[in-house]
Amino acid sequence: MNPPVTNAGIISDQMAPDFLLTVEGLTVSFDGFKAVNDLSLYVDEREIRVIVGPNGAGKTTVLDLICGKTRATSGSIKFRGQELTRMNESKIVQAGIGRKFQTPSIYDDLTVFENLEISYPKGRSVFGALAFKRDAVVRDRVFEVAEMIFLKDRLNERAEFLSHGQKQWLEIGMLLIQDPDLLMLDEPVAGMSVSERKKTAELLNKIIANRSIIVIEHDMKFVEDIAHRVTVLHQGKVLSEGSMDHVKHDPKVVEVYLGH
Amino acid sequence: MILSRKELLGLTILATLILVILPLSLDIFRLNLVGKYLTYAFVALGLVLCWGYGGILSLGQGIFFGLGGYCMAMFLKLEASSVENTKIQSTPGIPDFMDWNQITALPWFWEPFRSLPLTLILVILVPVALAFILGFAMFTRRVGGTYFAIITQAVAAILTILIVGQQGYTGGINGITDLRTLLGWDIRTDNAKLILYFVNGLLLIGCLLLAFFVKHSKFGRILVAMRDKEDRVRFSGYNVSNFKIFVFCLAAAISGIGGAMFALQVGFMSPSFVGIVPSIEMVIYTAVGGRLSILGAVYGTLLVNWAKTSFSETFPELWLLGLGGLFIAVVLAFPNGLAGIYGSYIEPAIKRFLRKKSDLMPSGTLPQGSPAE
Repeated sequence: MNPPVTNAGIISDQMAPDFLLTVEGLTVSFDGFKAVNDLSLYVDEREIRVIVGPNGAGKTTVLDLICGKTRATSGSIKFRGQELTRMNESKIVQAGIGRKFQTPSIYDDLTVFENLEISYPKGRSVFGALAFKRDAVVRDRVFEVAEMIFLKDRLNERAEFLSHGQKQWLEIGMLLIQDPDLLMLDEPVAGMSVSERKKTAELLNKIIANRSIIVIEHDMKFVEDIAHRVTVLHQGKVLSEGSMDHVKHDPKVVEVYLGH
Repeated sequence: MILSRKELLGLTILATLILVILPLSLDIFRLNLVGKYLTYAFVALGLVLCWGYGGILSLGQGIFFGLGGYCMAMFLKLEASSVENTKIQSTPGIPDFMDWNQITALPWFWEPFRSLPLTLILVILVPVALAFILGFAMFTRRVGGTYFAIITQAVAAILTILIVGQQGYTGGINGITDLRTLLGWDIRTDNAKLILYFVNGLLLIGCLLLAFFVKHSKFGRILVAMRDKEDRVRFSGYNVSNFKIFVFCLAAAISGIGGAMFALQVGFMSPSFVGIVPSIEMVIYTAVGGRLSILGAVYGTLLVNWAKTSFSETFPELWLLGLGGLFIAVVLAFPNGLAGIYGSYIEPAIKRFLRKKSDLMPSGTLPQGSPAE
């Protein structure tokens, strides 16, 4: 399955479901400035896609557009054939897309256990939340995820007392417990120590099973470790796409990004 | 499990205070006064849920207290305005102030208040309906924080102006006065006041239990999460605005009950309990009690009102300044109010004291409270 990159426009609707996520002609303009400009992107099932690019290339905006935080000016985002551009954020999450923010976004006042429990995909309506019971199924799932994110023995601690790296893991865990089909991570290893980075790469490789991941990352060593395919963004457009080797040697990329 | 062991103990102590100690130690005049204060505690409790836990600061909770109170007062007023009681009016059978304002027929929106069951439903439903409309309009558009607080203030001001301006329909600035009986039972007697005090106390304890239930449900944790990181909650698949609307409506419902009990115990309802000043005072009760403390709301209300009664008798012109100063002092020095003071000074002292005792009695196993939140 080779997603056609240069002539994206000819993808027909019948072919679209082959990809988990199909982004076509996506444009968003903030007061005339096009942060994302006619962007097309195709993500396969079970693929780790890394988006790289210089500051201001529109990487985070692309994630914002997919998860509904920012509304597209034009273009389409299809997830399993469902159009996302007009869905509200919570519906997009319920459709199976999880998003991790750039700065660790966790609930400081709650314990690690409660952080994970809130993210557990049950009792998401008002009355569902009032009637929610912490049963064995929930508890087991929280323990399971806590083990994966190396926080099993800190479940009863308030999240604010975790280290920066542990907070990042906790947020990944909060997404994991939702069991999303597409996980979007914005700089998951930023501010981590070398050993934490290694563990995170290991973690990402563990959780890749049965889902696709889009990662924004600056750390090239980390990108090489995990990426199946790399998309290079520049000024809101796709500059190059392919394997790490391919983009590394693409003269356009060398010029605008790696050359700096 | 609705309550932790510590909360159960706290609630028991408070219930004993309200239902046993105060009735035994105060005369009926003072007890009625405490009963009146306790009706404000309903509002303070609503604010703990919506401001303390949900982070939604409403400076217009007097609206809901007032609406609940007016609903009850309208029922009582209609009963007091029977044809026999009002035969000297040019139109007998309508409230006196309508007659003074040349109104000759009961307005349509007074009609439901002929029935007590309907009135009791409306005491809750009217505040909830307005809270829902306000909440829906604001929260789905992501209006929050200061803007929300200002808008609630504006609504409180508008409602006051409306009530004062529509004298013929609402009793105007004087409010609805001269309330006498509830289904023929004279609510002005000492005996009735005593019974109403207990009804009020029990309702308050019921609402406290409800608040504990909400706090300990997943809903309560989502409120805290929303206060911390609203976007994270939204992108965890929750419709944040629905949660905010619900907690705002819940606070309104609880405030409405308080308002109705106010009208019953005090015997009148006026716009001076609806507007901006009482609404802000109620926020101060919550802040003094500790905005995260459900039981603290009651203590905060009682303390501030006790201080108000004592000081305003002695230094009437200084009282408002004192109240403002108290608010600033609490926010700056004790952001968690009385509950915070209790948690960081009194509770450790009690524990030390108990530990000393248990050292003397080696076999003693003492209940250990759960760690302070």
